[in-house]
Amino acid sequence: MTTDMNADSYVTEDGRTIGPVVMDLKNITLRFGGVVAIKDISFNIREGEIRAIIGPNGAGKSSMLNVISGFYKPQEGEVWFRGSKRPQMKPYQVAQQGLARTFQNIALFEGMTVLDNIMTGRLNKMNANLFQQAIWKGKAEKEELENREACEKVIDFLEIQHIRKTPVGRLPYGLKKRVELARALAAEPSLLLLDEPMAGMNVEEKEDMSRFILDMNDEFGTTIALIEHDMGVVMDLSDRVVVMDYGKKIGDGTPDEVRNNQDVIDAYLGVSHD
Amino acid sequence: MFYREAGDFKTSYRDDNQTFPIRLDRAGYWIALFVAFCVIPFFVNDYWVNSIFAPFFIYAIAALGLNILTGYAGQVSLGTGGFMAVGAYACYKLMVAFPEINIVFHVLIAGGITAAVGVAFGLPSLRIKGFYLAVATLAAQFFLVWLFNKVAWFYNYSASGQINAPERTVFGVIVTGPNTEAWAKYMICLVFLVGVAWVARNLTRGMTGRKWMGIRDMDIAAEIIGVNPLMAKMSAFAVSSFFVGIAGALFFAVYLGAAEAGESFGITKSFLVLFMVIIGGLGSIFGSFAGAAFMVLMPVLLKNLLVGTMGWPTEIAAELEFIIVGGLIVIFLILEPHGLAQLWRLTKEKLRLWPFPH
Repeated sequence: MTTDMNADSYVTEDGRTIGPVVMDLKNITLRFGGVVAIKDISFNIREGEIRAIIGPNGAGKSSMLNVISGFYKPQEGEVWFRGSKRPQMKPYQVAQQGLARTFQNIALFEGMTVLDNIMTGRLNKMNANLFQQAIWKGKAEKEELENREACEKVIDFLEIQHIRKTPVGRLPYGLKKRVELARALAAEPSLLLLDEPMAGMNVEEKEDMSRFILDMNDEFGTTIALIEHDMGVVMDLSDRVVVMDYGKKIGDGTPDEVRNNQDVIDAYLGVSHD
Repeated sequence: MFYREAGDFKTSYRDDNQTFPIRLDRAGYWIALFVAFCVIPFFVNDYWVNSIFAPFFIYAIAALGLNILTGYAGQVSLGTGGFMAVGAYACYKLMVAFPEINIVFHVLIAGGITAAVGVAFGLPSLRIKGFYLAVATLAAQFFLVWLFNKVAWFYNYSASGQINAPERTVFGVIVTGPNTEAWAKYMICLVFLVGVAWVARNLTRGMTGRKWMGIRDMDIAAEIIGVNPLMAKMSAFAVSSFFVGIAGALFFAVYLGAAEAGESFGITKSFLVLFMVIIGGLGSIFGSFAGAAFMVLMPVLLKNLLVGTMGWPTEIAAELEFIIVGGLIVIFLILEPHGLAQLWRLTKEKLRLWPFPH
């Protein structure tokens, strides 16, 4: 059976439905002074898929993620989100549109408990005003309890029940990574960006994390774009892969296509000397 | 042995979200409230109110205010004295201009005016952080005190440059002016303190508090997950200044009765409240109480000990008091940099296991 990957939606071999394009990046160029971090890159992310961005160090992968999450403003190019061009936005406005992300070096709120960190992820779902919260009656309390329930689902899903009330500062690295994922997932994002979710983990932790990413995609239908260095993980997890090198896109396609692309082999996996 | 959570089952998230999740804590809280409202008022005299309860309650309100700004939202402020002055002068002008309106409203409106002033002086916090922000708020402190000394309209052109609290009543009981009875002073301060603490707790346990703490712990991450930094910082400045303004209004109207900006609300006030917050514990409601109690009670205690018990001359005792309090602060901060609140937390954690720690 062959699948037409250019169709409006198609079903993958393992039975997941990949929908229309959620995020479309058109000719993005990002410069820092004279340094060109991203040069004329275009690619898209489709609903329900796991999209990987790979490339050697300094290729511009994290810059790309920062462009998507609105932290960097590209000098040229357009970002299209759910079929409309995104105007210049502050990062928090991008988050309100339904984007969530994790960071390469963990960016949790160290002084707060795990539960509070995850609840913070749901801040766009809660809109009791300052006065309602001050007296803690009606809407404020109701929202708190409803969202607590939603957070508990995420906590159960990521298997971190035992550290719910622990301050994040006391947790080991691997758990912090998981809590950060929980915070992003609690926002119920329509696009979830993961910046090196498996950096610095051992094989077991990587397997756990891979399982969570797959389950997330499968159970909640979350669209995921991730940056990762572990080739095995990337090739196993993702539906499509973008390869970057020195700010340029050198490959784009299914893991098999990318693996056999000569440019990618040369630039990323190394040129063979014989 | 008695202090533990075994057998204290929570069956709803509401139970789990309680301020005092452990039964003994809850009981202690209600007993403390009962004693404060129904027992102490019948026994207090002028000495206890003027040297202990009134300053403790009022400084606790100010410390709660500063703790929201510095402890929860991470914005260092040295303008507390100036903002207290705004509350005091606003309250004075309101009391004189609208004598028929209840003083409780005057105090609340004075807090509201202080909140507006606080937000205006908090605007630089969007661009500058840490020590630099502290210097910017220092400017607020000096400017505000200068303003209240310089512009005679604020003290109604009185010859002495002072403001004097006229006599006002709540439910027919005199609460300001020289004829106030001890228990009335005590009660009005206590009511405001309990109200402020309740609001502070509600705000800090909800989404507003999480936004503040997010900005404090990692502002970039907070912004990327959806916290509007402008709103978060300005709401922290507004709520904090509201509380500090109430403290200033009570300090002038109920406690001092007469005030002069430079003397009563100088830079030393800012530092005093900042010390309370640091010693008590940043980012803790209990810490604000503990810090205020420490800074108010310690000098009184030492004075009684040195002059009363040991019979030292008053002047020497007064000097020694500063040295000892200063030394104690240093010792406390070395032993527990996170303040009395952390000490309390550790004690409770130990108590849960005591006497069988394994």
